[in-house]
Amino acid sequence: MSDDTFDVEAMIDAMAAFLDLPVEESYRPGIAGHLTVARAIAADVLSFDTSDEAEPAPVFRT
Amino acid sequence: MIAITDMTGAQIAAAVKGGRLTARAVAEAFLARTEALNPHLGAFTAITTDRALGKADAVDAQIAAGGDPGPLAGVPFAVKNLFDVKGISTLAGSKINRDLPPADEDAALVERMEAAGAVLTGALNMGEYAYDFTGQNAHDGPSRNPHDPDYMSGGSSGGSGTATAAGMVPITLGSDTNGSIRVPSSLCGLFGLKPTYGRLSRARTFPFVASLDHLGPIARSVSDLALAYDAMQGPDTEDPACTDRTPEPVAANLEAGADSVRVARAGGYFAQGALPEAFEAVARIAQAVGSDETVDIPDAKAARGAAYLITMSEGASLHLDRLKTRHADYDPDVRDRLIAGAMIPGAWVTKAQKLRRIYREKMLKLFETVDVILAPATPCRAPRIGQQTMVLDGVEMPVRPNLGLFTQPISFIGLPVVTVPVWTDGEALPIGVQLIAAPWREDLALRLAHQLEKAGVVAAPVANITGH
Repeated sequence: MSDDTFDVEAMIDAMAAFLDLPVEESYRPGIAGHLTVARAIAADVLSFDTSDEAEPAPVFRT
Repeated sequence: MIAITDMTGAQIAAAVKGGRLTARAVAEAFLARTEALNPHLGAFTAITTDRALGKADAVDAQIAAGGDPGPLAGVPFAVKNLFDVKGISTLAGSKINRDLPPADEDAALVERMEAAGAVLTGALNMGEYAYDFTGQNAHDGPSRNPHDPDYMSGGSSGGSGTATAAGMVPITLGSDTNGSIRVPSSLCGLFGLKPTYGRLSRARTFPFVASLDHLGPIARSVSDLALAYDAMQGPDTEDPACTDRTPEPVAANLEAGADSVRVARAGGYFAQGALPEAFEAVARIAQAVGSDETVDIPDAKAARGAAYLITMSEGASLHLDRLKTRHADYDPDVRDRLIAGAMIPGAWVTKAQKLRRIYREKMLKLFETVDVILAPATPCRAPRIGQQTMVLDGVEMPVRPNLGLFTQPISFIGLPVVTVPVWTDGEALPIGVQLIAAPWREDLALRLAHQLEKAGVVAAPVANITGH
């Protein structure tokens, strides 16, 4: 994923307001770190080829 | 003569049923060892002495009356403190849950263990809300590795690893969402079973990630794993994911051996990104079973990523209200990760669930040609308590999320795994290897583990704790 437009601090501000989540100043570095890691990890997931018909599979019953 | 606290559960049950030991004597011996060691090792958060002695006396009375208390007669066990234990608040490793009322019922698996004659001795320390691989806890302190208390037990079932390896109980129960049974089993040198997703009821336990949560036993012998596993199987309508399959007991068939079990090493993702000891342990097992086959597990890195995102998101969903009202009471490491999880897009998580089905179909194809796949359980032996980062393949990375990098892609699709402990001469600390089987084939992994144990390739001795 391109990081050109990703501003993690702005995202924390926007999402904290959107979710009505209190975010203390001391929490921000940790949250920013986890969001940055998640975005990098998501790149592998989002580039994975799933068809439009693919069904989610949270429970297995074979 | 072997000390009571060095005995396995199977040995204890045989001695109790044979009249050579009373369940009370067994319970008193383990409780005394627990009282002596726990202040130094941080395994238990509650010791249920009265309950244990009452149950032990009931077992003895049943035997005196000519009855059979069950296959775990008089065997002490303890449970990660996310299992409900009647009369105790279910902490799940947190400060926040200390405000909950005491549980008014036991977890389903506690009931089933006791119905088989086992004796509950307490609740065990764990990483907060199970979001942890280290065994450290911001509120109760770390559960320490009994083989060297300066080192991590692994987590999040850290107290389960510590208590079992220290000989405080022969069997513990833990939970495993992404590796939380297998990581402490590896770091503490124990046998651990993470069954197939849905095999064992999770009723009346505190959840973490519903679509990934499993429960299972940790022990110092494969026979004990099998005895506990057999005692806990069976459908339960109170857990919507619990299978309605007929129980498939394993203990009586362990001696069938594993000569016909086809074994291969996992290649690719599972053959890189770890310290040499992790691969050496896998090679030792492969050599012992005469296997030189390797299978490539496709898309494991993407699978781990998907598990990572689902965990962040589902975990955040579970905690969203508490994050608004009790955010200051969380372990900061857990809180920041959960808040971040609340902020990631739902579309990513749905994509991750779709990936899950496709990845699983590919993995099931592999099991057409192999029965058990070997992979490292952890990328290294136990890190030091407090260690924040480690270097794997020349890359510095945080310890906490990455101890589970080899377990996460497996539990992601619910495959059953037995972790076996490997020791190297001159090393104080062990490391584990995962024996991974097809869904519902716990029997194959357990039989192979038993064969390795009998051959002396793997072992789980009680830690030699100086001064005790």
